[in-house]
This record gives sequence, C-alpha cells and structure tokens, in this order.
Amino acid sequence: MSEQNLIIARQALLTPAELDENKLQQVIDRIMGHDVDYADLYFQSSRHESWVLEDGIVKEGSHNIEQGVGVRAVSGEKTGFAYSDEIILPALTSAAEAARAIAQHGQSGRMAAWQQQSVTPLYTPDDPLSVLTSEQKIALLREADQEARKQDPRVSQVIVSLAGVHEVILVTANDGTLSADVRPLVRMNVSVIAEQQGRREQGSAGGGGRVSYQYFVDEKKHLDFAREAVRQALVNLEARDAPAGTMPVVLGPGWPGVLLHEAVGHGLEGDFNRKGSSVFSGRIGQQVASKHCTVIDNGAMASRRGSLTVDDEGVQTQENVLIENGILKGYMQDKHNATLMNMAPTGNGRRESYAHLPMPRMTNTYLANGDYDPQEIIASVDKGIYAVNFGGGQVDITSGKFVFSASEAYMIENGKVTYPVKGATLIGNGPEAMKLVSMVGNDMALDTGVGVCGKEGQSVPVGVGQPTLRVDQLTVGGTSA
Amino acid sequence: MTTSTVPVQSAASQFDNSQLCEIVETLIRIAKQKGATDCDAGLSVEEGLSVTVRLGEVETIEHNRDKSLGITVYLGQRKGSASTTDFAQQALEETVQAAMDIAKYTEEDRYAGLVEAKYLAKTYPDLELYHPWALTPDEAIDMARQGEKAAMDYDKRITNSEGAYVTNHSGYRVYGNSHGFLGHYASSRHSKGCTVIASQDERMERDYWYSLARNADQLEDFISIGEKAGQRVIARLGARRIKTGKHPVVFHAEVARGLLGHFVRAVSGGPLYRNASFMVKKLGEQVFPQRINIEERPHLPGAIGSAPFDSEGVQNRKHALVSDGVLQSYVLDSYAARRLELEPTGNAGGVHNLFIQDDGLDLAGLLKQMNTGLLITEVMGQGVNIVTGDYSRGATGFWVENGEIQYPVEEFTLASNLATMYQQLVAVGNDVDTRSSLCTGSWLIEKMTVAGN
Repeated sequence: MSEQNLIIARQALLTPAELDENKLQQVIDRIMGHDVDYADLYFQSSRHESWVLEDGIVKEGSHNIEQGVGVRAVSGEKTGFAYSDEIILPALTSAAEAARAIAQHGQSGRMAAWQQQSVTPLYTPDDPLSVLTSEQKIALLREADQEARKQDPRVSQVIVSLAGVHEVILVTANDGTLSADVRPLVRMNVSVIAEQQGRREQGSAGGGGRVSYQYFVDEKKHLDFAREAVRQALVNLEARDAPAGTMPVVLGPGWPGVLLHEAVGHGLEGDFNRKGSSVFSGRIGQQVASKHCTVIDNGAMASRRGSLTVDDEGVQTQENVLIENGILKGYMQDKHNATLMNMAPTGNGRRESYAHLPMPRMTNTYLANGDYDPQEIIASVDKGIYAVNFGGGQVDITSGKFVFSASEAYMIENGKVTYPVKGATLIGNGPEAMKLVSMVGNDMALDTGVGVCGKEGQSVPVGVGQPTLRVDQLTVGGTSA
Repeated sequence: MTTSTVPVQSAASQFDNSQLCEIVETLIRIAKQKGATDCDAGLSVEEGLSVTVRLGEVETIEHNRDKSLGITVYLGQRKGSASTTDFAQQALEETVQAAMDIAKYTEEDRYAGLVEAKYLAKTYPDLELYHPWALTPDEAIDMARQGEKAAMDYDKRITNSEGAYVTNHSGYRVYGNSHGFLGHYASSRHSKGCTVIASQDERMERDYWYSLARNADQLEDFISIGEKAGQRVIARLGARRIKTGKHPVVFHAEVARGLLGHFVRAVSGGPLYRNASFMVKKLGEQVFPQRINIEERPHLPGAIGSAPFDSEGVQNRKHALVSDGVLQSYVLDSYAARRLELEPTGNAGGVHNLFIQDDGLDLAGLLKQMNTGLLITEVMGQGVNIVTGDYSRGATGFWVENGEIQYPVEEFTLASNLATMYQQLVAVGNDVDTRSSLCTGSWLIEKMTVAGN
C-alpha cells in the first residue's frame, strides 16, 4: 500500500523534472560532504480549491496550485534551510548549497542505504476534489444554505464554504528515509447571523477530515452543520451577560478539548522542552495534572483531520501517551529535537509546506474517558459555567498561562443548567488548571474536523477531543462583576 | 481601455520589473483571448534571509525566495479566481483556464466586477519603500549575538533565551487589470528582535522586543533592543493576581494597536454589507468622544504601511475616518462600495498608515491621569466579537496607584464592549508605535470589567 504512495509521489514530483532516487542521493551526498549530521529533501505538490456561497448564490471560487522543494542541513543545533518553487536539478543543487553553508568543511559523511517502510495509509490516495462535479459541489452549498434558512425566520445571513486540498509529498534523508504520502483534506463550514429586535448574533459549524467530498454527501453532514450553526446563533440571541471571576467550569465533550491543546499540548512539544522554555520542562515522571487525566496525541487515527500516515520527516505516526493518570510521560518530537534530547522521534515532525522548517507539532490531541456520567458532573456544581463551544485559544508556554474563548456557554445554578451567557474568555495556568480537573466523563468525543493550529507563523490542521469534565476553578472573563 | 498608467518614477531594483510586468500583461491577454469580459491579475516576488542565534550559537539560517501570481476573471457577472507559484508560459495558460472553469459555475452576482475605471490611480508616487540591505549571514549572526548578549547581561535573573533574529526581505509587486491599469513597485522590510526568559522562585516569564523598518538604517540598535527585552522580562517577575472588579485601564501602545485594528475591521466593507458588525449604519454618528480624530495617510514616504495605490489599483489618498469623534468614512473596496451604494475608499487590501491624534501626554502622563487602575502590556486569545462588539480577553500588565506602577499582574481577563470602549476613550498618548500600518500611542479607557481571583 505505501508502495502505491511512493509510485504516485515519484510520478507527480520527480519524473516531470527528470529526477530519480540516484540524483537525490547525489544531492544529499554533496550536502553530507561537510560537517553535517543530517540532511533531508522535502518535495511537495498541492492543489487547493474553495467555493463560497453568500446571499443565496455561489459567488466565488478559487483554484490554487503550489509546488516546491525544501532542503535542510543540520549540524549539531544549527540548521541551514533553503527552498525553491521550481523542482529542477539546478534549483535543488543551489538550495542545497545554501542550506549546507551552516557547516564548516570537515569530515565527509555518506548517506545510508534507502530504507523503505511498509506503512498502511490512513486515508484514500484518490483525489478528493474530483469525486464531485462542479455542479454537485454547488448543489451541496445550496442545500446547506436552504437548510439553514428554513430553520428559523430570524436567520438573516448565511455563508457556506467548501474547501479541499490534494497534496503529494516525498521526503528523503541521509538516514535512509525514502517516504511518500498522498493526503486528502476537505472541510465545509456554515456560518449564520440571526437577528431579533435589533440584536444580531452569529453561529458557526463545520467539519471534515482526510476524506473526499463524498463524506458530506453520504452522511448529509452539510445539513447537520447548517442546523447546528442556526441553533448556536439562536441560543446566543437569548444570552445574558457572563459572570466575571473565578468559579467551577464544566466543559462539554469534543471541541472544548482545545483546553488540552492549549493548557498542556504546546508545552509538551519537544523543541520548547529541549530549550527549557516550557513550564513542563524537566518534569517527566512528575505529577502535572490530576489523577483523572490521561492525555494522548495520536496521529495514526483513520481519516481524521490531524492524522498523517507518515509525518513530514517520513516517520510513521503513532499513539503517544503524554500524561497518564496525571503523570507526565513524554514529549512530542521531531527528528532534530529527539536526537538532541537523546529520545526517539514520535511522528510529530510537521511543516506547513516545503517553504517552512519542520518542528514538533500536535496531531489529534485528546483526554481519555473517565467514569462519570456527564449529568452527574453538571449536577455537582452549585454556581459555575457550562461551556460547550469555543472560538479558539492561545498559550504562553513559558509562564503556562492559557486562554480559550467560549462561543456558547450556560450558567449552572444549584446543579442545573439555567440560561445561556455571552461568549467569554477563560484564563488559567496549564499545570495548575490540570490539577484542578476533578471529574472526567465517559462521553469522549473528537471534534468535527475544524482545527487549525498556529506556531511560529506556521499553520497545520489538527484535531482535539475530550469527554465532559469539571475544572474546580478557572477565571471566567464576563462583564457581570 | 480607459486609462494608461505610468509611474512617476520606478526605482531600479534587484528584480526584473519589465519581465514581471510582461507576465501580468500576458495573463490579462490570455484571459481576454479565452473570452473573459474583464479580469485582473497580480503577482509578487520576494527574497530574503533570516538568521536566528540562541545562547550565542547559530540556530537557523534560512534563505527565502517566494513568488506567486493570481488572476480573477469575470464572465459577465460571474467570477472565478486561480493562483499558482509557477510562472512558466504553460502554467499561465492553465491558471487562466482554471479561473475560467470556475467562472462558468459561479452564479450571477449583480455587484461583481472590476472597479470602475474612473477610480484608478492615473499616476502614482515613488514612496521610497525599497531599501535593499546587503546583509551576509555572518554579519547577521554577529549582530544577533550582540543583541542577545545585551539582553542576557541585563540581569542575572535572565537565565534562558528563545533567541535573537535578523531578517531582510525585498519584494516586487505588480497589479494590472483589463481597464489598462498596470502598476508596480519594489519594497523592502527588515527586522531585528530578541526574546529572553527570566526566572525567580521557580517561575519563568518571557518577553521580547523588536524593531521593524523599510530601511535597515532606521532599525533600532541591537544592543538597545536586547536591553529593552531584558528590562521587559524582569519587570514581569513576581506577578500577582488581582481581585475581580471594575477599573480604568491603560492599553500600552503595542496593544492599543489591536483596539484600533478592531475598529478598522468593524468599519470594513465585508462585515458592514453582511450586517455583521456593531458599526453597521454608524456613518455620520458619534462613535468616539469629540476629541478623537483618525486619519489614513497611505503615501507617507518610507513608512511600513505605505502603498502607492490599493490592491485594485484605486487611487488612495490622505483622508479622515473619524473627525471630532464622528465616523466620516468606512474602509471599502469596490465590491463593498457597490453593495453599500458608496464610493470605494482606496482600501482594497486594508488600510495604509492609520493615525489617531494624540492628546500630548506620554505614557507616564496617561498613568498619572488614570491615577489607580491597570496598565495592560499583553492581551491573549480570540475573544473579540465584531458582530456584537463584545470584548473578553486574557491580559497581563501592571497595577498602578497614584499614577505609579506598583507591581506586575497576570492571569486575569478584561471585558467590555468595543462600542462602549471607544466612547470611553479618555486620552491617547504620544508614545506612538510606528512598527505597523496602525499607528497609535497608548489608550486610557474609563472602565472595564476585570476578572481575577
């Protein structure tokens, strides 16, 4: 099966430029002819399209083609990097010259023999964009628009978007890596505005994954997104001012797992820990969360948005237990940081494109199930917040401060959900907040496939998930003090 | 067809501008040949070097070279777009074809189309935006080392570094459309910066400082950048939490810029014609106190935000967005202008050098005026809702009493509504930060809800 990806990648990336593995080996050998520990070549070609419906008509569509090669040379902690948007031998050679300039002349290394891994792909190699005709794509957008509008007369605006990417990558390295991946990624989104007596509120829902557009058609997902977006907007029309202050917070299942992504995920990326800049640095084996918390990053789940058959360094992805019953077990690593920390790579080496350097990144990050019934968790709170949908979050990995912003939340009073409150930002300190997780539900769910994670200017698709959980104290940033 | 445009002066650059212009003209010609009623095309190329040093050692040396082009075609009132990084003749043909294929399936939008020719820039000035910096990796490394050392030497509690960097970038932009407009210019952008970590009582904090300019001669000295980063991180140590309550707030110029940015977003065409902004139908109304004036100055020579014409080729000029607190102009491209039955404002692609008039006080003066409250130096998270104006973000800063900073504070949120915050803008400082297209000093806001412990 992985043989098939390699054949597709050779044909798409190497053959048009009259390149083959021998020529790539020569380029790597030339880089290694200096004091270089590691070198890799990353070839990428991607085709992206998007369609947007607004005011009931499909107004815009775009099509984008991008391809290129990135060349990296590593010597100790030094990295040299150059890239070219032309996949031709002279461009590759000059990028290699630029990349190896970090190293002084010295002993020469040779590259190891190719080692092809046999990895079963986690998703179909077929072009996800071409399974539907343009007419069918437009019909999908229209159906979502109509579904949203017929839900409620208060719906005043509907925007529906459909986007798909088909990407082929091939990576070779002096350690013998020769690996390819063919990656589909699709996403649909519905956002609505509802109006009532001069008040306007928005709602938004969407999803997708490493599947083809057929996923939306088969499971009528686009209609679910439309109904969900309207439901959220209508809830927000009724929302009252959120409270301000520190109180118990119950987070719903699924997308609220952005808590884990911010509160612990980034802080467990290998680069920050090698540099000692993370609040979790040097804490392996220590209690960093309550005993109810087992946190996993897993890039090897079939068809998920954050999944990769192999990462962008050609390493097979896997399930990595980051925190087990509250004890810090390990970090997420790329090859560079794993080598410097004397650890093994974990399949978390990712890059936005050939024009960016890889670094340790999350894939699908989630909290494992606990024993509590979700209703029991809500019932345990006298006065607090129940937050079920979020915009996004941010973390300062050094101080541990993280925020995430609720877009749908409710008051809990005397163990009952009473009324919706306006969106508010929640703030906490990662390790402290995780130690205050006192109840974990048995309803673990992953998000619908909407996450984008940004780090040092690079965006990559990710997934998050969690069961319903209770944090005994978080600061809720409402206006009602 | 109705205008022909000649730049007043086009400075020579490292880029082959006649070849780049020819590519854009070729795209337009191919689109017309394939039957497009109208079209516009743009391209950009960019080259640069970025070097980072950490704890005195080279960490990365990156050579950047990027290019891309895009075309939008109109078949009557239908629209399609495509882009590519490949500038070969065959790729140009395929890209135009991809846009045409899309335009066959999109639906008639009566507002779609190129900007009316009368709004296009007939001539445009050389804004002195291009100052290439002949920087070798070795020179960059030396500079970054000095900056990082200055930061690390600032105080012995500074124990770690995320590194110091130097970048240089030069680029060339060309935009043309089937009205016959062809505009092009070179620009550059260089920066230096440094981020360090300090620890005390087993708690770490980090902070940074950076300088950004079109001309490397105008960059701040790296030693002073390092010292500022050091000063800032030390000031954060020993932060306390604060009690929930309502307080006056000074937003430091760096974060006040964000508040000005939310204003720009709220008065921009897209959110307005979708009724998705709290500034809908506010033209001609008092949205700030009477003292406040906000002006766009797109043609300031050498400024970071300057552009000789907007991204649709529209003539842009100095104009007022807010006068005496009254909203005078939205921020519109031609599509939004048609939707709103207004004229385009030269803001396709955004605003270029927005200035808010200051009240003559420096930051210390603003703190004196506030007397007791918070000075905010960092905000976190996405809690800004342009539809409703609701604002709720995480923040870090200092507690101020009797106009003097008392101690650092952290892990709290600030909440209000942007419409209220703009009305409660008591004073704007003269400590203007010009490192972006949004130029403002610090803001004193009458009252916000602070959630702490």
